[in-house]
Amino acid sequence: MKYLTEYRDVALVQEYVRRIHQLVTKPWSIMEICGGQTHGLVKNGILEMLPEQVTMVHGPGCPVCVTPLHLIDDAIALAYQPGIILTSFGDMLRVPGSKESLLEAKANGANIQMVYSPLDALKIAQKNPDKEVVFFAVGFETTAPANALSVIQAAALGLNNYSILTSHVLVPPAMEAILSDPETRVDGFLAAGHVCTIMGMEEYYPIAEKYRVPIVVTGFEPIDLLIGIYETLKQLEAGSYQVDNQYARVVQFGGNPQAKEIIGKVFITSDRIWRGIGEIPGSGYEVDQDFSGYDARIKFALGHREVPEHPECIAGQILKGLRKPIHCGQFGKGCTPEHPLGAPMVSSEGACAAYYHFAQMKNETING
Amino acid sequence: MCLAIPGKITAITEHLDGAFRTGKVSFGGIVRDTNLSMVPDAQIDDYVLVHVGVAISVVDEDEARKTFELLKAMGELEEELGPDPKPGVE
Ligand code: SF4
Repeated sequence: MKYLTEYRDVALVQEYVRRIHQLVTKPWSIMEICGGQTHGLVKNGILEMLPEQVTMVHGPGCPVCVTPLHLIDDAIALAYQPGIILTSFGDMLRVPGSKESLLEAKANGANIQMVYSPLDALKIAQKNPDKEVVFFAVGFETTAPANALSVIQAAALGLNNYSILTSHVLVPPAMEAILSDPETRVDGFLAAGHVCTIMGMEEYYPIAEKYRVPIVVTGFEPIDLLIGIYETLKQLEAGSYQVDNQYARVVQFGGNPQAKEIIGKVFITSDRIWRGIGEIPGSGYEVDQDFSGYDARIKFALGHREVPEHPECIAGQILKGLRKPIHCGQFGKGCTPEHPLGAPMVSSEGACAAYYHFAQMKNETING
Repeated sequence: MCLAIPGKITAITEHLDGAFRTGKVSFGGIVRDTNLSMVPDAQIDDYVLVHVGVAISVVDEDEARKTFELLKAMGELEEELGPDPKPGVE
């Protein structure tokens, strides 16, 4: 809450909280898709400002969290091969695979380097022509153009020692999977602003229409989140189900055409396994045949196999919005950000980690 | 990881068409090489939203400043930008 008082629009935040309380007459469940938004909701204490009837369901919105265990194991196996440098975003390093995390593998001698951009991984490939450089290309639609760009640049530079191991997931098919799951109740969605910055809003119209759910595109600041929640509730209370853009300062209706073109060149849509959820048809990207020389899966002949999850982790139910992190018997006990048992505890955008840090913050306030 | 940070373009270093249009973007004084191929119309002094080293859209200056201040207050810039201006090899 410390941060909220520092934010200059405190009065505006209070105004929206007041409007939301005035508006709500029935219980509603709203899912935010994006982990960045989960983080924002928890960190700014917004969940506690909402009326009791409003339940925020934390969706599968963290690509690191939904990357299946077997892919992490594959990445680690590559990193142990002599002559290979595995590169990855920092968030991925601490995610536990079935035996160890990338960070532990690194300590045990695997060749792993953290990068901030896939284009930095490409530079490593340029500097190490005698090594194979593999980039662990994790991400939602937001990250897909950057990852695709690294492949296009590699091809243009004639670099043959660069490839990507894709773990790309797409938001709209996951929304459909959640909406078709009879166990799940979601009345409306906050759509992730940065995903829409790339892809635009078109894909959401058929979903809103078919499942009769309002979908409101919004950003990450406290006021964005509150306006998004308010606009969704306004529609719910009025019985309407429109696609609405509350992040117009960044999101264009058609998204970013250059980014979409780059994605279209390098990737094709494929079925994907989401950790905790299972396979969702058409919910990911693979490298297109034209660029198969840059596909680590083909280059290093990686197979497919299932790896079981930690038996007590209820990440799947959390990602589907059926239960909250505090309902997990391991939360804060056997499972902490230092020793995570499941992926949502690892990334700061994961629902379990967000709840854990918030509980810590509250304790600090109470203890002075 | 999915954060995108607004910064100001201070230089356009490569004017080549396509995938290699690059420039320098300042995030409150921290300058990073940034790929500009997806914002072909962006010019020096424009604000862009940058995600993993690639500018993904042009944003309004006031909004950019507001978002930046908030990210700074939340201590989330370093996670996205990295502590060291020379990324890459250890
Ligand atoms: S607290 Fe840990 S074990 Fe429990 S659901 Fe979250 S990640 Fe899994």
